[in-house]
Amino acid sequence: MSAKTDGLHVRGLCATFETPRGPARAVDGVDLDIAPGEVFGLVGESGSGKSVTLRALMRLVHPPGRVEGNVAWQGRDLMAMKPEELRRMRGGEIAMIFQEPMTALNPVLPVRVQIEENLRAHTDMNRRERRARALELLDIVGIPAAARRLDEYPHQFSGGMRQRVMIAIALASSPKLLLADEPTTALDVTIQDQILKLLLDLRDEFSMSVVFVTHDLGVVASLCDRMAVMYAGRIVETGTVSEVFATPHHPYTRGLLGSVPHGGAERTMLASIEGTPPGLASLPAGCAFHPRCEFATDECRRERPALEPFAPGRSVACFHHERVARAEELA
Amino acid sequence: MKVVTGQRPRMHRVLFDLPATMIIGGIILFASFVLAFFPSLFAPYDPNAFDYGALLHAPTLAHPFGTDNYGRDMLSRVIHAYTIDMQIAVFATIVPVIVGTLIGAVVGYAGGLTEAFFGRVVDAIITFPFLVLVIAIVSVLGPGLINMYIAVGIIDWVFYGRLTAAEIKVQKRLDYADAGRVMGYRPSRVVFRHLLPNAMTPALVYWMTDMALAILLGSSLGYLGLGAQPPAAEWGVLIADGKNFMTTAWWISIFPGLAIVITGLGFSLFGDGLAEFLRTRR
Amino acid sequence: MSDDGSLISVRQVSKHFDAGQSILSRLAGEPRAAVHALNGIDLDITRGETLGVVGESGCGKSTLARCLVRLHDPDEGTILFENRDIGHLKGGARRAFNRRVQMIFQDPYSSLNPRLTVRRMLSEALTVHRMRPRGEIDGRIAELLDLVRLPSDAAERYPHEFSGGQRQRIGIARALALEPDVLVADELVSALDVSVQAQVINLLLTLQEELSLTVVFVAHDLRLVRHISHRVAVMYLGRIVEIAPTEALFSTPRHPYSKALLDAAPDLDPAKRTRVAAARGELPSPLDIPPGCPFNTRCPYAFDRCFTERPTLDPRAPGHRAACHLTEFAGGLPEQSNEAVAERQKEENRA
Repeated sequence: MSAKTDGLHVRGLCATFETPRGPARAVDGVDLDIAPGEVFGLVGESGSGKSVTLRALMRLVHPPGRVEGNVAWQGRDLMAMKPEELRRMRGGEIAMIFQEPMTALNPVLPVRVQIEENLRAHTDMNRRERRARALELLDIVGIPAAARRLDEYPHQFSGGMRQRVMIAIALASSPKLLLADEPTTALDVTIQDQILKLLLDLRDEFSMSVVFVTHDLGVVASLCDRMAVMYAGRIVETGTVSEVFATPHHPYTRGLLGSVPHGGAERTMLASIEGTPPGLASLPAGCAFHPRCEFATDECRRERPALEPFAPGRSVACFHHERVARAEELA
Repeated sequence: MKVVTGQRPRMHRVLFDLPATMIIGGIILFASFVLAFFPSLFAPYDPNAFDYGALLHAPTLAHPFGTDNYGRDMLSRVIHAYTIDMQIAVFATIVPVIVGTLIGAVVGYAGGLTEAFFGRVVDAIITFPFLVLVIAIVSVLGPGLINMYIAVGIIDWVFYGRLTAAEIKVQKRLDYADAGRVMGYRPSRVVFRHLLPNAMTPALVYWMTDMALAILLGSSLGYLGLGAQPPAAEWGVLIADGKNFMTTAWWISIFPGLAIVITGLGFSLFGDGLAEFLRTRR
Repeated sequence: MSDDGSLISVRQVSKHFDAGQSILSRLAGEPRAAVHALNGIDLDITRGETLGVVGESGCGKSTLARCLVRLHDPDEGTILFENRDIGHLKGGARRAFNRRVQMIFQDPYSSLNPRLTVRRMLSEALTVHRMRPRGEIDGRIAELLDLVRLPSDAAERYPHEFSGGQRQRIGIARALALEPDVLVADELVSALDVSVQAQVINLLLTLQEELSLTVVFVAHDLRLVRHISHRVAVMYLGRIVEIAPTEALFSTPRHPYSKALLDAAPDLDPAKRTRVAAARGELPSPLDIPPGCPFNTRCPYAFDRCFTERPTLDPRAPGHRAACHLTEFAGGLPEQSNEAVAERQKEENRA
């Protein structure tokens, strides 16, 4: 583990929040390995802990929330970093974009100022260079008439354009790792499509790694190289996108894929997952998914399955993953 | 993160979760209403009995609040005044609360011209200082509690109307209001059965403050001789009784004043707590 | 037109909303700014079908849904329900109409009155419309809860005690209490998690079969619309740009916008990914819709005629209509031949 020094390596990441009903583990022992230049999809439903995982990586969980675990970026331990170092890292080598750009952008500053601010913080450029670079960045993220729009305020941009502005600000520091928290969820489908394609181009251009948090399996299928599925704060399955989509080994992954309509079977029953995701403060014993799982046995009710590799590059946390995979092949 | 709860919180949980201000205010108000309803149980003397042997006595064990210039026991008078002052708190405000809330609900739901007209009425009324307007109306109608209630009623409803109209405007944009309309319910049912119960919080909270204000107003008018008439025991009247003896017999005015402060505090604390409680419950 | 057995006929319906405008600019003689939410919608809904209405934000699909149940009254045009103009219904007749045409709302949190238990919510609907005599109301409530697969003890609970998916079931039960003919579902599942969406969609499909409901399913999610609709209408800037049987629309869209919309929806098959964005540019402001074809600012095939003349919704195949000057445009064709179609059209136009 320690031999790998490039990319992002996460071991045993936990995030705990105090609630009136006792401590709730929003993220519970997450391991991730993200290679340079890779687009990694973190999929889950609301409350699965996918967004908190992303924030915990950057130690952006506010007290009284607590974060534990090891996060190594290019061989350096983010968890042990001094606040000053960490601040340089955030928005520098590691940048983040959010679902709602309006809350992440400062409404009273023109976008030029916000981009140049980031350039000043993370580069040695002088004033003139910064101006030129800000213009260049708006161009790169595909904002038409960039020169004119630089002096406009965030509210003058449409949702999609605002998202582009936020990406431009994130790119100002030429990051090597981009953390994206559902950046396209609030956008229309044609705009989402544009932004996803833009992210792929930028990944190539800046040779960054991207961790993309989303609930939309279609987005994962069209964007990511590898993926992890989260349920109730834990990763239940990982692998390359094409393998996981072809043969899911966890019943939850299988259920998620079945819940989305595929063309060609119109007006038939969807393979839904019964029940609702559990609250974090009242997780079921054993495997958190067992009350909703058609494969569940007594073992699942007693013991929690660990995330274990079963093939090169594939891991799953399920006692019955082979039965699940076979069921998928039969279907 | 939504947590699906299986059962409703139990009663002791609810009491435990109440804001401290609401509990303290509630205790003060409960005690005030008990005194208002059963003053004779707590007052050691007849509040109107003259005792020429004990004129202007300073507080002693026999007369903890002292006596006035007729030898009347101040403690008994302050206690008996609870009956009138709590009555003022409730009676002066109850009609404005109901009328204002209902008008506000209709105005907020109707919007448009109705709302514009209502807005002008509100502006016209609140341009004048509240007390000055009440005094003007009472001087036309003549002094006395009933006329004071009428005077307050003419003005006070606009505050409730304004609060409720604003809240109804928020509620009527929510989908459940549209759902009611699509269900084919009459507008009256949508407004009064569905929207109003969800829009009453601000008016309810303001009502608590308003009752404290009503007591202040009642006392002010009593002091000026426009409200409750002597020899009735009312805090404002009692303070006025003591005004000539302020330097020699401070207790005549001070204790009724303290009663006003404490009761007003009770209403305010309870109102604050209620606001917090209603806000956090959802 | 309206005698052809259609249950609801929408004829040339338009709806504007005044945009916020200062009194000063009004005094300065600037024209009244208005958002044109609907611009001349024509639509027929047949008994028993599911009509999907799909489009991006601001296309007017929700406004159309609200016009269908008379939450909005159109500024122009008429909506006929069983050949009667619903705009003229008053009092009891209007309530009777609303009993038969019901709506289910998008937001599971705001669409239920937080202060009513499920029982009171349902019994109110049943009593106001006198659906059942007093004595049978409790039995009917149990039936309704069973119908939407909620446990019977749900009746005594308040909305906040349910999850989002369960609340949508309550909303459906409330609508079904009136035994309507038509259900208008506005983004019914878009606020729900994927696994819960499927449950609610399955429920809707089952109920439709059991109760032979006509459903208008308004959504932005193409996959869902494709899954449950018999026919689909694609809307753009307050107009229907294409309407067709579901299969025809998804296999050979005849409008460039429909094609862009289909291409933009991320495919669930990782092998089918592309690096080319499906549509360029962004939606023009609905305050300022371009002349000619509303899609001309983003259409890769647009030619001069598209900027001057607005295309009408014309037949392409049985039941298939599209509003595009490129009458031969078809989504199934390779890109080059569509470009050739565009070239040819330009030539013809000059001649």
